[in-house]
Amino acid sequence: MLKQLIVSPSPHIHSGDSIEKKMYGVFVALIPAFLVSLLYFGLGALIVTAVSIASCVLFEFLIQKFLIKGKITIFDGSAILTGLLLAFNLPSNLPVWIVVIGASVAIGIGKMSFGGLGNNIFNPALVGRVFLLISFPAQMTTWPEPGFFPVTYADATTGATTLAMMKAHFGVLPSFVSMTLGKMGGSLGEVSAIALILGFVYMLWKKIITWHIPVSIVGTVFIFFTIVISAHTGEFAVKFPLYQVFSGGLLLGAIFMATDYVTSPMSKKGMLIYGFGIGILTSVIRRYGSYPEGVSFAVLIMNALTPLINTYFKPKRFGEVVKNG
Amino acid sequence: MNLILLAVIFLGAIGAIGATVLYFVSQAFHVEEDPRIGRIQDILPAANCGGCGYPGCAGFAGACVKAEVLDELFCPVGGSETMNKVAGILGKTVREKIPMIAVVRCNGNCENRLRTNYYDGTSNCAISSSLYGGDTGCSYGCLGHGDCVDACSFDAIHINPETLLPEVDEGKCTSCGACVKACPKQLIQLRKKGIKSRRIYVGCMNKDKGVIARKSCNVACIACSKCQKVCPFEAITIEDNLASINDDRCRLCRKCVDECPTSAIVELNFPLKKEKPLIVEEDPISII
Amino acid sequence: MLKTFRIGGIHPPENKLSGHKAIENIPLPAQAIVFLSQHIGVPAVPVVEKGDQVRVGTLLAKSGGFVSSNIHSPVSGKIFKIDSVADSSGYKRPAVLINVEGDVWEDTIDRTDTLKKECHFSSKEILEKIAVAGIVGMGGATFPTQVKLLPPPGTKAEVLIINGVECEPYLTSDHALMLEKGEEIMVGISILMKAVLVDRAIIGIENNKKDALELFEKLSRNYPGITVQSLKVQYPQGGEKQLIDALIRRQVPGGKLPVAVGAIVQNVATAYAVYEAVQKNKPLIERVVTITGKKLGKPCNVRARIGTPVGELIDYAGGMPDGTAKIILGGPMMGKALTGTEIPVGKGSSGVLLIPSPEAQRKEMRNCIRCAKCVSACPMGLIPSYLMSLMEFNELKLAAKNAITDCIECGSCSYICPANRPLLDYIRLGKGKVIKK
Repeated sequence: MLKQLIVSPSPHIHSGDSIEKKMYGVFVALIPAFLVSLLYFGLGALIVTAVSIASCVLFEFLIQKFLIKGKITIFDGSAILTGLLLAFNLPSNLPVWIVVIGASVAIGIGKMSFGGLGNNIFNPALVGRVFLLISFPAQMTTWPEPGFFPVTYADATTGATTLAMMKAHFGVLPSFVSMTLGKMGGSLGEVSAIALILGFVYMLWKKIITWHIPVSIVGTVFIFFTIVISAHTGEFAVKFPLYQVFSGGLLLGAIFMATDYVTSPMSKKGMLIYGFGIGILTSVIRRYGSYPEGVSFAVLIMNALTPLINTYFKPKRFGEVVKNG
Repeated sequence: MNLILLAVIFLGAIGAIGATVLYFVSQAFHVEEDPRIGRIQDILPAANCGGCGYPGCAGFAGACVKAEVLDELFCPVGGSETMNKVAGILGKTVREKIPMIAVVRCNGNCENRLRTNYYDGTSNCAISSSLYGGDTGCSYGCLGHGDCVDACSFDAIHINPETLLPEVDEGKCTSCGACVKACPKQLIQLRKKGIKSRRIYVGCMNKDKGVIARKSCNVACIACSKCQKVCPFEAITIEDNLASINDDRCRLCRKCVDECPTSAIVELNFPLKKEKPLIVEEDPISII
Repeated sequence: MLKTFRIGGIHPPENKLSGHKAIENIPLPAQAIVFLSQHIGVPAVPVVEKGDQVRVGTLLAKSGGFVSSNIHSPVSGKIFKIDSVADSSGYKRPAVLINVEGDVWEDTIDRTDTLKKECHFSSKEILEKIAVAGIVGMGGATFPTQVKLLPPPGTKAEVLIINGVECEPYLTSDHALMLEKGEEIMVGISILMKAVLVDRAIIGIENNKKDALELFEKLSRNYPGITVQSLKVQYPQGGEKQLIDALIRRQVPGGKLPVAVGAIVQNVATAYAVYEAVQKNKPLIERVVTITGKKLGKPCNVRARIGTPVGELIDYAGGMPDGTAKIILGGPMMGKALTGTEIPVGKGSSGVLLIPSPEAQRKEMRNCIRCAKCVSACPMGLIPSYLMSLMEFNELKLAAKNAITDCIECGSCSYICPANRPLLDYIRLGKGKVIKK
């Protein structure tokens, strides 16, 4: 026999989608890049990633348990994802204690101080990374030479990134093939373009993100460097702009960092403008700034502008502006 | 040394220029304000509840200064005391207002009013009541989601977790009327606080016919008009199958309370009756 | 070529369990509960009294104003009482309760099945007949049809759009009706065209009803001016504004009626009711209802008299399955959850849906992660998450500025939200408040 019926306002069905599904979807998309980093940076990559994830989750738990005294949501996947993305932005030979500091800043300042998931203005992983970049510039810009599942790194093999080489006009640039495969110096998650693009395709297929932000960022950077370099050298340049796109954290930033739901605009138009802004800022920092890499700063600056973009670029309303007929 | 000196001079100069600019700007944009507004604002409770009908205490202070007579203006939070002070500043007089308090006219707790379905929507009275009559048989009764609690700026109304009904904290209620506006079922009324806080009111708003009302709730007013007959002061009227007590006429004799067959009439803050302890036990709400 | 609307939309699982099932006649109830307000607008005024004998088709209550509708007796028998009864909203509304005795129809009603194609009435006479028969929009909105067919002064209809979309999951009543009464619907459409003085009508049917599409393609060859268009399966394709956008590429501006872009939309079931009213003198006293649910023994489409309690429909379809936690009158996206099985079928009830326990409960609400899924799902181009947070702080002015009143309450935003936020709950509340202001 029936007990009491449930009454609620419509709709009465739900898509079954959840925050966890979205977060773990991104997680899956990051697996190829993680495998590549394991291959090239070996044990170091594993340690940095594990420590980063564990300390992000731990800090979130501690803050929710003892400071906020609210609900504990460490299993919604967002802290794990922040940890993973933070690790991807760190060199694999970074001392463990620095990783822990980065995680505490990412979760404590970047996320929980704003009120937790959904309320943060800046991408937590990038807040952590930029904090470390400014506080520990030496450790953060020394990368080990990629090997084949190395267990330890000799100090001497630390090498400069492609971007630094391009900026300083020294050294032999890695071949294009080894760049797309990831055999170059860099933070542990950013090296392999192919793995990152694989993740991008997966997220598009699973409808976790749309193409707007990544494509507009990469497109802007490519066009910027094509124009600037062509104007500089007097002949049409393609190779250098392509190196710009495939090196450094651009793809990681464009595909995984800039597309963070919480800190990116909501309308398609807003997404394109946001992506364009990140692209321009990244290019300007790379070309004219003192840092060889600018994706993190560009994303954080555009994060701050996201509420403004949301206010001014709302989706087109039904029956508004659209020409009838 | 030279460098330090340079920095001091430079910063000092910036400071001096800034101060000069600020000085002239504040002169240029100076607004002449009646100083009494500020003084009245100091007296007002600064709750900014809007119970007076003006946007915040500053708005009310402005209105007081402008007004010819203060009779129409009243700060429900500060009460007569505050209004007398305001009148003192302005050199005007105010009428004495009788202190009021919010009462919840529903007594259908979990035992008296059984749940007939399970509400699974947003816990918000306005949303629930716009969807349907509620999760009990009584479509007039309290929904218990606490819109009144959210509306109260003084922490004076709370949902009792046992009865799932809101209870007014007499010490804190300022009769600002925010909860009255917030309740989508119009269950909350402002009534005279009464001598020694003693009040009698009909704890029901059910306008169904007696039989139907009684079926959904044990303490529903069934409009039997017994109370009306017994009342010596003609304070009780029955309209739309519902009795209500006029607090201007009621002299708190409690005859109606004893007469009510469904214990729908609530008495508050009265001493326990010695001669009839049974009724008191039967009527859970009179035990405060 | 499949057409569809241009903004938003979702793809919920179709679950058309009772698709392709013929319409069955359900036995008469012992007592019919006929509400006096089965339409949008003023309740009808009763013209019968307690104890009166009525036949099927006897006028029970007459239209109470301009936007109102006549109510006829769906059964024959004795008026038990006229009283306030709890309707699907749990609030008590006036209703006529009739104790059923036999099945005696009014003599004026033509009960034969023969197709009557010719219609010699003028536009005005047709509108009159529709008003007398108490026809309302049967897609669920229940707006009195005679009012909807009468464009406000200064506007002119160019095209009649017939809604055969049935985009709500589970529901198949329109589909069943289209398969069974194709010719009658076509005649109904021609009558409607005559009534609103247009020479063009488009029937929009979702592509998941291939048989209905084929049937109407074939039928439309004999009816000049009427065309059939297949539409992409996408919710809310059957929303009035969405359907107009899909079929004639015009978007009705916010706050305007469809006739502002020259369109008048009617449901297929309404077209059929119009046929019956004009050609057969039959008032709106019965309708096709889908009874469905994943655990229900025999999901089916039935022809039920208005006023039949939902419980009897469920019994007919195999009885209430164990673990049923929610009964919905209408579709799962926009229907109303019922408090009990005694609620009767109304003029706008297209289905009865039973949802088993775990699915019926809402999941716990989480923080908004600003994923903008609701933004891309909203068919009206609104920002549901923003509107909801505005309403949480009661910011009516800003909500009005952000076109909260444009919301068609389709539920796409709440359906898609990964944080299970009750977006529509708040938007609906805000919409009500803004309109009241």
